[in-house]
Amino acid sequence: MTGTAAPLFAGTSLNSRDRKVEWLVRVLLGLMTALLILPVVIIMALLVVEGGPVISWEFLTTRPVDGMTAGGILPALVGTVWLVVVALIASVPVGVAAAVYLSEYAPDNWLTRAINLAIINLAGVPSIVHALFGVGAFVLFFRFGTSILAASLTLAVMTLPVVIVSTRESLQAVPRAFREACWNMGATRWQTIRRIVLPNALSGILTGIILEVSRTSGETAPIMFTGAAFFLPFLPQGVLDQTMAMSLHLFVIATQVPDAPEALPFGVALVLISMVLAMNALSIAFRVYVRGRKKW
Amino acid sequence: MVAGAAPDGGGASADALSAKVVVQNLTIRYGKHVALRGLDLSIRRNEILGIIGPAGSGKTSFLRALNRMDEFIPGMEVEGRITFDGRDIRRVRNVYALRSRIGVVFPLPVGLPLTVYENVALAPRLRGVRKGSELDEIVERCLRRAALWEEVKDRLDSLGSLLSGGQQQRLTIARALSQEPDLLLLDEFSIAVDPVTTMRIEDVLKDLKNEMSIVLVTNLVQQARRLADRTAFFLTGEHVETSGTARIFSGIVKDPRTHDYIEGRFG
Repeated sequence: MTGTAAPLFAGTSLNSRDRKVEWLVRVLLGLMTALLILPVVIIMALLVVEGGPVISWEFLTTRPVDGMTAGGILPALVGTVWLVVVALIASVPVGVAAAVYLSEYAPDNWLTRAINLAIINLAGVPSIVHALFGVGAFVLFFRFGTSILAASLTLAVMTLPVVIVSTRESLQAVPRAFREACWNMGATRWQTIRRIVLPNALSGILTGIILEVSRTSGETAPIMFTGAAFFLPFLPQGVLDQTMAMSLHLFVIATQVPDAPEALPFGVALVLISMVLAMNALSIAFRVYVRGRKKW
Repeated sequence: MVAGAAPDGGGASADALSAKVVVQNLTIRYGKHVALRGLDLSIRRNEILGIIGPAGSGKTSFLRALNRMDEFIPGMEVEGRITFDGRDIRRVRNVYALRSRIGVVFPLPVGLPLTVYENVALAPRLRGVRKGSELDEIVERCLRRAALWEEVKDRLDSLGSLLSGGQQQRLTIARALSQEPDLLLLDEFSIAVDPVTTMRIEDVLKDLKNEMSIVLVTNLVQQARRLADRTAFFLTGEHVETSGTARIFSGIVKDPRTHDYIEGRFG
């Protein structure tokens, strides 16, 4: 035994201060996180309490009546599905192809860097600017008129950066060693991409697409002037028709229809946010599932 | 005639005729950094050429150049001349065909995220083999030759990347063999492999020598001694010398640095 009998884990004044700081930091960070969750919880609670009673099968499957003060939301619901699907058809092939090029083929030079910068900037353009671009390009120049096509293409342009960036990230997540092993075997770049890179990036790409869907379905500004209508008593028959949409419908009955019952906008909002949350949940579930069977 | 004028301990003129690969004045740069300087070397048919040298001596860069992998490595510049069966590889139009004749095994096993079967069937598929029975036959033959068949024959459908490290490295060798290469490049294959597996792979290599040329880059001097017919010593981008393995290890060296390295005095 040592003579100086110093207790084994005795704290010095210095590290007792460190422990206090540690405690303080942990509490502060936790509080901030709680603060972050609070609005989400309040919004959801409010919507469920105020809008819940409105929701019924009938609400989802009938049209608005009496100047949109009663009835359901079917045309808006169907319209949003139209808008999202057409936007996906336009943006996914272009976005994925561009991401594959940027990740797998593009040399690292100023042009590639400029393109990457442009993509980031495109993501930062305010949606109302996209709306005006959509009017100019799709409604007027290409003469699509105010239609699902024009609105969806506007949405597609707006969400392209999301698709490109998320696809590129998931391609980059496939280890380079796999590519090198394939190239060494005499595989071309495309053979390598098709057999090794894409199959292993697919989950990430799909997750990005699902997130795009959830974002697209909530957008209002880009579709206001390009294809979404104030009120239409019928469902769209094709991509050149105008349509109602959930997001615009919510805006309209909340601000433009003074005698709509107070619960109605809450009901619409609840349906809209449920759609978005369901999409996000799907994407998270998908990611968890895929991570569980990761191949390396 | 400069061909085969390399100081590599064999008859230079015989080399020019019988060599699988002849390398002349090969210099490799990454930007300003010179990884390999003025290399003259030949790889003979049916030999194991050992390459030893400390880290950063240009061994891996040399293997990359043989396979024209500089295409995929930004900043890598290759000068000089490499002929493969007498053809200048710079002038080979179909670089994919060239690469498919060269099998490569990396330091860390790269089991592709495919099943064991598909790992080995990939190269045949790439060259157009479609028939199931033919693929089955190739897969079994390559796995047997890599001394892995007995261990995986009942789980060909499980993921190659889930095999143990030693098994994955043998899977990589089986995959390289499935290319039916006539040149096999091994880059420190035993780094992540246990000693028993290493010995098994070494036995496989001694066998394979009858059908192809093998370049064995290794950090283990004794591994070169066990396997190589000739041994080359690289040091910080310089090709110090190449000589018969038996000569080098019995102390007959042209450059004292070779002796020092083999004796473990530096590196």
